[in-house]
Amino acid sequence: MSNFSRRFKSLFLSELRTGLGVTLRHFFKRKVTQRYPEEKTPLSPRFRGLHALRRYPNGEERCIACKLCEVVCPALAITIESEQRADGSRRTTRYDIDLTKCIFCGYCEESCPVDSIVETHIFEYHGEQRGDLLMTKEKLLAIGDKYEAEIALARQEDANYR
Amino acid sequence: MAEIRNYTLNFGPQHPAAHGVLRLVLEMDGEVIQRADPHVGLLHRATEKLAEYKPYNQSIPYMDRLDYVSMMCNEHGYVLALERLLGIEAPLRAQYIRVMFDEITRILNHLMWLGTHALDVGAMTVFLYCFREREDLMDMYEAVSGARMHAAYYRPGGLYRDLPEQMPQYATNKYKSAKDVKRQNENRQGSLLDFIENFISRFPGYVDEYETLLTDNRIWKQRTVGIGVVSPERAMQLSFTGPMLRGSGIEWDLRKKQPYEVYERMDFDIPVGTNGDCYDRYLVRVEEMRQSTRIIKQCVDWLRQNPGSVMLDDHKLAPPKRETMKHDMESLIHHFKLFTEGYNLPVGEAYAAIEHPKGEFGIYLVSDGANKPYRLKIRAPGFPHLAAMDEMAKGHMLADVVAIIGTMDIVFGEIDR
Repeated sequence: MSNFSRRFKSLFLSELRTGLGVTLRHFFKRKVTQRYPEEKTPLSPRFRGLHALRRYPNGEERCIACKLCEVVCPALAITIESEQRADGSRRTTRYDIDLTKCIFCGYCEESCPVDSIVETHIFEYHGEQRGDLLMTKEKLLAIGDKYEAEIALARQEDANYR
Repeated sequence: MAEIRNYTLNFGPQHPAAHGVLRLVLEMDGEVIQRADPHVGLLHRATEKLAEYKPYNQSIPYMDRLDYVSMMCNEHGYVLALERLLGIEAPLRAQYIRVMFDEITRILNHLMWLGTHALDVGAMTVFLYCFREREDLMDMYEAVSGARMHAAYYRPGGLYRDLPEQMPQYATNKYKSAKDVKRQNENRQGSLLDFIENFISRFPGYVDEYETLLTDNRIWKQRTVGIGVVSPERAMQLSFTGPMLRGSGIEWDLRKKQPYEVYERMDFDIPVGTNGDCYDRYLVRVEEMRQSTRIIKQCVDWLRQNPGSVMLDDHKLAPPKRETMKHDMESLIHHFKLFTEGYNLPVGEAYAAIEHPKGEFGIYLVSDGANKPYRLKIRAPGFPHLAAMDEMAKGHMLADVVAIIGTMDIVFGEIDR
């Protein structure tokens, strides 16, 4: 570039003008913004959100208290206590997940041999007190009951890869 | 006349340009820096110590959280160290996917760096554009691993799951008609590979946009040219790696010099700067993004041709398929054994280094034969860079400190570990 044209361009702010041209083009472009609470971004079936405990179609809870999730949890967020039920089957009496500790790695779901503990697509939960984020067995089963259809669908879509 | 003393200024840890929790104690003479003293440790989470108390696989999610803007690269370093000591190699398809996601991660990291660096220096627009592209890359992350950031996707011996054949779709809502949603979903019709290919065909155009906004911009140049100059000799003495070293003009890239995985099959160039100032490092990183798209393109082409397994068929290391686990006794035993006890590494030590977006990320692993490491040392690239803060900032103005922090690409997750 010759000395003259460089000075000319410098004087008339040419590089700033081209830069402003880019922003001006974007001003008239279609917006990519998602207006969140109403609009949502798509979630893959592998998404790892809030936990849930599932049941079999006959209403029996899946969890057999093998404690694999408890031992595999890197953050030690899961606490399980178990007992033999009157009918002789082994079930949990306590199944707690401390969501303040959980790092959502998905290892509990990966390790569960009966597909009981799962990580759902729910990411919009909150707690108003510290205790609200301490999930108990009842809370987890309630989530599982409520969203069973979505949970099962996501597991089915991803079944070939697991 | 009163005696004139240097003024000490506390920069951060709550300063928005401190990139997290950097606390800088600056000794100023007027507006000129006399001494810059970085204080670290505010984000220390004892990752190295935690790893000593966990079976090997359980530390993988913690590696994501080291440098939390280039997650899969951290995992890669750790997984590679495990594989070296175990003497195994991932299947070829897994290696290609790893290389592809390493480069996606590099773009993610560089976009984050470019956006925040430009924002610190005063250009708001680039920040918004960078985050627009990051959204697509996050979708790729989520499609394979289920998490937008903390993936936990790489495993010793391969990968957790293969690439999905379908991408999730946008749904209609009260703001968008079916036609709008259809347009949004246009590039999501095929598999993840189609989505990635579509993105990398568009991406060089976006990089051009950033360059139009910054490269020739006189304000950008005034803020970066000649700031934080590091000579090539000094850069080596300070153990700089990655773009910080290449910006000073030394052609050093572990992907070329010590190729791991399938990088020796890839065709790409190493961009190198000449002056070693903030502007050159900016140019190097922007060119790296372009080179990354080249590598991703090659990986996508190969992955299309070569379906196959992404995990070793060794159930001492990899869990069996869920289907077999459910009705095969031996697989169930493997499953339980792997998730409770993990696997033991032979006695010995291994060092694995990868070309992380920020430099050389290394994991030094010492094993005493147990199922957890005896010692794990993380070589974080950001640490030596931050250590050169004093040298780079000395003699510059206060406002230049922000540009220097930006050019170092500091993330405190890895520096404090």
